[in-house]
Amino acid sequence: MLTFLQVAAGRIKNMLEVVNLSCIREDTVLFSDLSFTVSAGEMIQIEGPNGVGKTSLLRLLAGLSSPADGHILWQHIDTLEDRENYHQDLLYLGHLPGVKAELTAFENLFFYHAMHAPVAKDKIWEALAQVGLAGYEDQLACHLSAGQQRRIALARLWLSEQKLWILDEPFTAIDKSGVKVLESLFLAHADKGGSVVLTTHQDLQFSAGRLRKITLTRQHLTEY
Amino acid sequence: MFAVFMQVIKRELITAFRRKSDILNPLWFFIIVITLFPLGIGPEPNLLLRIAPGVIWVAALLSALLSMERLFRDDFLDGSLEQLMLTNTPLGVIVTAKVVAHWLLTGVPILLVSPLLAVFLSLDANTFTATFITLLLGTPVLSFVGAIGVALTVGLRKGGVLLSLLILPLFIPVLIFATSAIDAASFGVSYAGPVAILGAMLAASVTLSPFAIAASLRVSLS
Repeated sequence: MLTFLQVAAGRIKNMLEVVNLSCIREDTVLFSDLSFTVSAGEMIQIEGPNGVGKTSLLRLLAGLSSPADGHILWQHIDTLEDRENYHQDLLYLGHLPGVKAELTAFENLFFYHAMHAPVAKDKIWEALAQVGLAGYEDQLACHLSAGQQRRIALARLWLSEQKLWILDEPFTAIDKSGVKVLESLFLAHADKGGSVVLTTHQDLQFSAGRLRKITLTRQHLTEY
Repeated sequence: MFAVFMQVIKRELITAFRRKSDILNPLWFFIIVITLFPLGIGPEPNLLLRIAPGVIWVAALLSALLSMERLFRDDFLDGSLEQLMLTNTPLGVIVTAKVVAHWLLTGVPILLVSPLLAVFLSLDANTFTATFITLLLGTPVLSFVGAIGVALTVGLRKGGVLLSLLILPLFIPVLIFATSAIDAASFGVSYAGPVAILGAMLAASVTLSPFAIAASLRVSLS
């Protein structure tokens, strides 16, 4: 009973709330008065045509840019007020993989975790094997293909203790079997009480009701 | 927090040593500019001694400018700058580590070759000591102040020219006090005053500029 209560409390606590968010880019309003919540254990896909502001929304959610209007709350605290606490719980993966060409696959992952959340070295070897980079650990990233560089970035997901994942087009340059593996990883993360917010143009194979979609249209927002 | 600071420095050093041209080019530029002066105006010791402070410091400023852009540009282009901004360590700590690494890669080599310059420009021991002290105190100021300009221009496509227009004027105080210290030394009088002011500039830039760099990066990336 107690553990159930703790889980329930965690679910209420670890919630991302978006309140009346507006975004202005180059004098055009991309979206305004956007409100939604991401509860623990939820997976959300942001949909919409190109240029509608999906990446801008994710960058706002991650705290990389500040909104024209509105607030983003994590654990009921404004994310811009307590960045360090929010970023401890956040894993953001943008368009750019954040992989340094002059470092090896192992070093890339090692330094990323040294700066975010330290992990044991053998865990890093394990994660690299899981993304199919066994044998490439000591190759410089500039000698790897685009898909393999992307996989170095994605290996962070296997080591992640962060509760909230914000992923911008995580499936770019990833092959079909890789997409399947990632889907099951997202599901496992949600089952553990984590949340995933992602954009993609791929059709995801989740059972009905697992994935909530938020569709951005020009100046309008519909949710279903 | 200190562990993160050291890891950022380590990462910067490894990355730089894998691309040696980034460290060697500014240093090579510095040496060549200084070698050109005795060749151009003739090897007369008194004349060389008279222009030495200006030559050394202008060459140091330009070579700092040459190396400045790589401070944030590469990280910006491959997306690791975004990731550095999303850690639970304050951004000011991380940018301080990056600037310290930049100074280790560009300022320290200049200090190491400075005895060679003393020979080129026929400096006496007292003048050389003053030159070394001003370089030791002045080059970190260049890195810290320059980093503000780099952070402001990192998102621009052709930020290079703008960067030099933006930060070279900010280097003028360093140039004035460093050269006046070397001048005083070459006349054999005490140069403690200008050196103290350089030290004050260093203290101010180390403590204040990380906030400005962090704020500029947030503006550039939003």
